[in-house]
Amino acid sequence: MLAIIKREILSYFSSATGYIILAAFYIFGGFYFYMTSLAYNTTDLSYTFSNLFIILIFIIPILTMKLFSEEKKQKTDQALLTAPISLTAIALGKYFAAVIMYLFCIFITLIYAIIISFFNSPDWAIFASNFLGIFLLGSALIAIGMFLSSITESQIVAAIAGIVVGVLMLFMDSIAHSVSVDFISKFLSRISFMNYYNDFTLGILSLDGIVFFLIICILFVFFTVRVFEKKRWS
Amino acid sequence: MVEIKNLSKKYGNKNALCDINFSLDDGEVLGFLGPNGAGKSTTMNIITGYISSTTGTVTVDGDEILENPIAVKRKIGYLPEQPPLYADMTVKAYLSFMYDLKKVKLNKKQHIEEICKLVKIDNVYDRIIKHLSKGYKQRVGIAQALLGKPRLLILDEPTVGLDPNQIVEIRNLIKTLGEKHTIILSSHVLSEVQSVCNRIIVINNGKIVADDTTSNLSSDFSTENRLILSVEGDKDKILSELKSILGVKNVTVNKLGSDSAAEYTVIYDKNNDIRSTVFSKMAEINCPIISMNSNNITLEDVFRKLTSKN
Repeated sequence: MLAIIKREILSYFSSATGYIILAAFYIFGGFYFYMTSLAYNTTDLSYTFSNLFIILIFIIPILTMKLFSEEKKQKTDQALLTAPISLTAIALGKYFAAVIMYLFCIFITLIYAIIISFFNSPDWAIFASNFLGIFLLGSALIAIGMFLSSITESQIVAAIAGIVVGVLMLFMDSIAHSVSVDFISKFLSRISFMNYYNDFTLGILSLDGIVFFLIICILFVFFTVRVFEKKRWS
Repeated sequence: MVEIKNLSKKYGNKNALCDINFSLDDGEVLGFLGPNGAGKSTTMNIITGYISSTTGTVTVDGDEILENPIAVKRKIGYLPEQPPLYADMTVKAYLSFMYDLKKVKLNKKQHIEEICKLVKIDNVYDRIIKHLSKGYKQRVGIAQALLGKPRLLILDEPTVGLDPNQIVEIRNLIKTLGEKHTIILSSHVLSEVQSVCNRIIVINNGKIVADDTTSNLSSDFSTENRLILSVEGDKDKILSELKSILGVKNVTVNKLGSDSAAEYTVIYDKNNDIRSTVFSKMAEINCPIISMNSNNITLEDVFRKLTSKN
């Protein structure tokens, strides 16, 4: 698993992909940080964090699009699947590599907090809640993105599908409100990423949210394993 | 070392493999021969655990692939039809990654260097894989299969798409590897299998149609041999002398060769090697033999017969 994590991370930086992802995240993150926090003379980073959701919708599919699709296209998955290593270890290796890359992205928010602390001490507890929130949200989106990448040979298809899922999650609440059937409406708002994430940005460390995102992560890593298991048997 | 029993594979309704049975002893070099789409790659993919069989078992050294996949995979070095190379890595980084992936427990640097020397890629060690020629890519593919000194090597069409020089080099390499490893090699090039393997399995439409040693396979298929001769001297005299030899069934004159030599085709019973008799008879009548070729029925003929039957 460590070998896969290492290779994946190196491969992000052996092409422009890794640098572009980091640069894009830092530029747009910085923009939101300036617009919602510095320009308003507030130490509250919650607005910055809640706006970062939109960036994630585009950044994460790019982060995950090639995880498996490229392996399938180049037939390098044969090396992975015939190596003495379990499918779960392969999927987790890929997953953690993307999560680590994602951590490189969101570490910039720590710098925002440090910048704020020069003016006035920010509420570190709220910051921690925000950080955990964005970490969990991203991890869940990465799991979904990885799954999408495992069912196609095309990076572009994987990326577009990932963006569609992300946008759907962004609007899930509005969709839920406009559905008149009660139980569907309730169900949709229960699976709305935005709903759970907003709690974190308000500084609410909800167990619901933590469990929800963790379940999504586990579920989609599991689905990814199943995709390869199924491919083997079909 | 390898035991394959009742192996079948269905893709939807299509039978890709139908009740394949064979076993392989330590040190054997097995050629897996068949036309495209016969089921060679499918069989290899099942043995290596890349795909699963619909029914049947594959046992490598006592471990079954479905019950104990990791133990089996550890014993196998696999070169798929398309070498699984990460184009953006250097040869060094790639082999290092594959070494870690396979959890090999040897002296890493030394082991990788040894393999690179053996497959002659030490001069491209620091180059990025996508910039390598096809021959070199194939070698890097073989190098990754050799990592961890696996006892069983499975090579799926290792010489496809290479130029004639590269083909000879890779074949020689496989011959060298055959001294230390058990090898299953697939190919649709007959001369390749003939030159490298000591046993051949011919597969067609997912079924084994022949399983024998290379020489037995070619000899089983004909009761007669052909001899092509160029002899100088009087045609009629030579013809009558040739026809008088025991075992000769037919003699024809092909054409007048260069100078005064003519070419003759002699068909004779394969159990009766007439070559030395021909030599002495021609010497007796003072007609020098310029050339003499024994033209056995080739594996090509066997192959065509076997695979066109069904």
